[in-house]
Amino acid sequence: MAEYVWLIVLIPLIGFLINGIGGLSSEAYRKQKTLIGTIATISVFIPFLIALQIFFGMGADSEPYVARLFTWIEAGSFSSEVAYRVDQLSIIMALVVTGVGALIHLYSMGYMKDDEGYWKFFAYLNLFIFAMLNLVLGNNLILLFLGWEGVGVCSYLLIGYWYGDMAKSDAAKKAFVFNRVGDFAFLVAMFLVFRAVGSLDFDIILNNLSAFTPEITFWVAVLMFIGATGKSAQIPLFVWLPDAMAGPTPVSALIHAATMVTSGIYLISRFSSMYVLTPEAMLIVAIIGGLTAIVAATIAITQYDIKKVLAYSTVSQLGFMFLALGSGGFIAAMFHVVTHAFFKACLFLGSGSVIHAMHHVEHELEHEGKDVHFDPQDMRYMGGLKKYMPSTYWTFLLSTFAIAGIPVFSGFFSKDEILAFVFNAGMGEYSYIYFALWGMAVLTAFLTAYYMFRLTLTTFHGTFKLPSKVKGAEDSEKYLHESPSTMTIPLWILGGLAVIGGFMGVPDFFVTTFTSSDIKINWLHAWLDGVTSDSALVLSYGTKWILVAIAILIAVFATVLAYRNYDNDKGEASDAALEKRFGSLYQVWSDKYKIDEIYDASIIQPTFKLSDRVLAVFDMKIVDGFVNAVGGTVRFFGSLLRFVQTGVVQTYALVFIIGVILVLSLIIF
Amino acid sequence: METLLNITIYLPLLALVAFMFVKNDNAIRWIALIVTSLTFAVSLPLIFNFDSANSHIAQYVTESGPLLFGLDVNYIVGLDGLSLLLFMLTTFLGPIVVLSAWTSVKKHVGAFFAMLMLLQTGSLGVFASLDLILFYIFFELTLIPMYFLIGIWGGADRIAATIKFFIYTLVGSLIMLVALVYVGFDAGNAVNDGVFITDWRVLSGPEYQIGLVEQTWLFLAFSLAFFIKVPLFPFHTWLPYAHTEAPTAGSVVLAAVMLKMGTYGLIRFCLPMFPNAMVEFAPYVALLAVIGIIYGALVAMVQKDVKKLVAYSSVSHLGFVVLGLFALNTIGVQGAIIQMINHGLSTGALFLIVGMIYDRRHTRQISDFGGLAGVIPVFAVFFMIATFSSIGLPGLNGFVGEFLILMGAFTSETLDNIWFAIFGTTGVILAAVYMLWMFQRVMFGPIKHEENKNIKDLNAREIGLLVPVMIFIVWIGIRPTHFTQFSEHQVNVLLEEAAQKKNEILMSTNPAELPSWANKLYKVEINLAELKGDNNE
Repeated sequence: MAEYVWLIVLIPLIGFLINGIGGLSSEAYRKQKTLIGTIATISVFIPFLIALQIFFGMGADSEPYVARLFTWIEAGSFSSEVAYRVDQLSIIMALVVTGVGALIHLYSMGYMKDDEGYWKFFAYLNLFIFAMLNLVLGNNLILLFLGWEGVGVCSYLLIGYWYGDMAKSDAAKKAFVFNRVGDFAFLVAMFLVFRAVGSLDFDIILNNLSAFTPEITFWVAVLMFIGATGKSAQIPLFVWLPDAMAGPTPVSALIHAATMVTSGIYLISRFSSMYVLTPEAMLIVAIIGGLTAIVAATIAITQYDIKKVLAYSTVSQLGFMFLALGSGGFIAAMFHVVTHAFFKACLFLGSGSVIHAMHHVEHELEHEGKDVHFDPQDMRYMGGLKKYMPSTYWTFLLSTFAIAGIPVFSGFFSKDEILAFVFNAGMGEYSYIYFALWGMAVLTAFLTAYYMFRLTLTTFHGTFKLPSKVKGAEDSEKYLHESPSTMTIPLWILGGLAVIGGFMGVPDFFVTTFTSSDIKINWLHAWLDGVTSDSALVLSYGTKWILVAIAILIAVFATVLAYRNYDNDKGEASDAALEKRFGSLYQVWSDKYKIDEIYDASIIQPTFKLSDRVLAVFDMKIVDGFVNAVGGTVRFFGSLLRFVQTGVVQTYALVFIIGVILVLSLIIF
Repeated sequence: METLLNITIYLPLLALVAFMFVKNDNAIRWIALIVTSLTFAVSLPLIFNFDSANSHIAQYVTESGPLLFGLDVNYIVGLDGLSLLLFMLTTFLGPIVVLSAWTSVKKHVGAFFAMLMLLQTGSLGVFASLDLILFYIFFELTLIPMYFLIGIWGGADRIAATIKFFIYTLVGSLIMLVALVYVGFDAGNAVNDGVFITDWRVLSGPEYQIGLVEQTWLFLAFSLAFFIKVPLFPFHTWLPYAHTEAPTAGSVVLAAVMLKMGTYGLIRFCLPMFPNAMVEFAPYVALLAVIGIIYGALVAMVQKDVKKLVAYSSVSHLGFVVLGLFALNTIGVQGAIIQMINHGLSTGALFLIVGMIYDRRHTRQISDFGGLAGVIPVFAVFFMIATFSSIGLPGLNGFVGEFLILMGAFTSETLDNIWFAIFGTTGVILAAVYMLWMFQRVMFGPIKHEENKNIKDLNAREIGLLVPVMIFIVWIGIRPTHFTQFSEHQVNVLLEEAAQKKNEILMSTNPAELPSWANKLYKVEINLAELKGDNNE
């Protein structure tokens, strides 16, 4: 079955071409929304089924299968091919991409129903899936890079989907440019790798790691990681992701939560056997991940835009994953990639459902002839939605439990494993730094549970606040309604996965502590063990259980605290109290650490001013001025000739004749 | 097949003859279209029958006897791996360029197309010439029609622009002419019984070796002409003027074909004739190339005129090509060769696209646009693909060239410094900045100007002329080997022979006879010691 892996990649591309060309060329086709949506969804669902088939045909000990299609770029000693790789790591990613992807396509059929560019939206989505599958299934760095930049372009197109709004297209451009900064580092990493081993094939690189000097290993690892900080939104390049929420909400769920932003984690896991050779680079990954996690979590606490909270939450959770990678927990990071894909996609789609409802209210009020405008994403206008949107509420709540790390929900297992690995890394080199990172991670886990329940409770509990806050919106709750089933079905599936998804990675010690047998219940660990180089956990049973207990206590405590502060419409008062207590620190959080402003003042404005006021002027006045000065001298002699000839072509002819005479005289003498 | 090659080169002149008798504008357009299409059709067997395994040997060669009394100056044309793709690009763009000028040229239609035809023959001749004097004649021949194209059908400031273009390039090529004549005599004395000879196959061959001092001056003279043509920073200032003022057809040919004559000349003439100078000057040239990549991009970023922006982006892109050439390894040179084609396609497409919007709005100021994507969606798609091609998106053509060039520069033994490639790679970020920012300001956001609300989308003619370009943009992006295979072998041979020739010249050099600057520049003693050490092993 694995030999059909190329079909997984090809089918979404076909879907893109059908809808893209059909929609571009035919007015009538554009109106066939059901057809367009169905084609697009099927183009992702069939690859999911194929991936599932391949998956069932594999075992944890299956050898990697590589389908080689054709030579791509070749010159001199460099050769690369379009080849897709099926192994335990790539198939997991492919399942997440196509599975979650298909659900989000289905959801979009409802969400985007009234949008004019429906065909375009689905064409872009299919193209994105195609690029993403190249990223996760490609068998060499350069094909991975094709996917890597391809998802960047689709992200650009989809963030700026409503391009009529300059702010949205600004966000799109910002995303692309920040990603390109990372891609720059990725390119240099590829050059270094090629110079050392003469190939970009995964197998060849990973089998020849001895060809790298320690210094090169370090730099390749760091440069790849810089690439990852772009795509996976980490310090210092994360600022594009919150802005990326300008795109339609299904896009945020698919690209900016479940799939594209986890590319960096996949990349580092793929090269785990190289990363473990360079502890310094691992440390950098861990520090950046840990810092990003806590910085983003503190910002999330202060946000009121429902999608912005989720965006910062995503940045924070991705930080967690990098922290895991940097601590040697590659499988733990992948585990969190998968569970995060479930609960965060569900949360984003849930927020989309809410926004959809709020939009509907605004629309209906307009219909009544009232000129009412409000931000449909501001949670301060919401509240009490649980009564009107039960499916959205329950799935949102389940996912919140999952991300908060409440026991048996999926996020509990994956986050717990990450914390264990960070603590475990503290037993080795750079002990204090890793312990400090563990402390930060625990604090972040607390903040995560807190801001997520703040969000859920403010949105769904209490009373609907729009009527009391916006003039003209009285009685508007009658327009609130649950979303259609194309939207709620994906919610329930993802919500269900958010609940049970963790059972693929229940730690072995949950059982082995109590039985003397060496039983392996951690399926995911067994599955990925052969393709990653996980550090060994050296913690005792006692330590492990204490860590679990701490994680549970933190999550429950934060949940209870949030419940006290945000249930029953107490939200804004509690936020005010929070602001008062933390004072200027709170200000820093809600100003998002002013990172955008710092970039603007330190890089963007200076570069622009240098180009505009110095270089462009230099080009006109100095470089060209010099040319003109030389020309002026020539013109002086030219003016002498003007007595004889006029016009430039004549001059040219004259010069040419002189030249010929010169040549002939040289020949003759 | 030899005849076919000659027919391809001179067929456009047939239209020139026809224009003398036909006075109807429409008939003139159709004749131009038919003739250029025919030219393209006739040229196709040349690529289909090309023997890639022997791409280092010129194919379809026509060789006359001596043309000038007492001189071994012959009419020699043929195609090899270096010239084939550029030659095909030129015939391919012929009908596209004619179509692009279909309605936008209204005055002196006959003369306009006559100039285009002359330009076509001149350009094809440049790439097919295997004799240096013949090359020079064609090289100069292209200047005249371009001079008129800009000067008569150009924008408001066309006269100043065309004079600058003309004089600047002319100065360079006249210096080259002097060097060329010297080489002809020198080669005659060395390998042709004292008879002046400019046959490229002889001059580039292993027997003809030029001493280090002479090489230095000759290299500088030849490369100056080519650097101006490329144009390499800081010889680029004629380009923004010429591009901005030229009519669309002129800009397309200028960008796609004429700039390549510079980079083509460097690899065809400078490398095999002056290998020592090429190697020793490589780091300096690479430095200028990298400065050009970054400088061109930064200046492009702040341009207010779309066409000027694309022109400066050419400075940046051609910087990549020069960097790849002077990496002097197969990866870099192959990257440079395919990037010449890529730049022709993507920048050619961008100029076509800018021309189409100019036809509609008679402005090129970025601030006069905004929000066009909703008004002209088909236009937007083409523009977007060309933009992504230009910024080197993998899967499209631009990436293949840029990647190979940077990889070549990174691993280059000649440059022996990874920082050229690393700084060059920053061009990847900058390209995204200036292109996407421009695209955004033109296509996205709300419609700010009333005039923009009723612009018509592309018509069948315009779609028809853009689609073939787009096909190649995607084709090269996905299957670059279909194209790079033509030059691969020749590049290998060329680099090997140049390396060998370089060593032979060094070996036959007596350091004591050299002036001290040459000793220093070529590090003669160190290199000789190294070479002798190698031989003893």
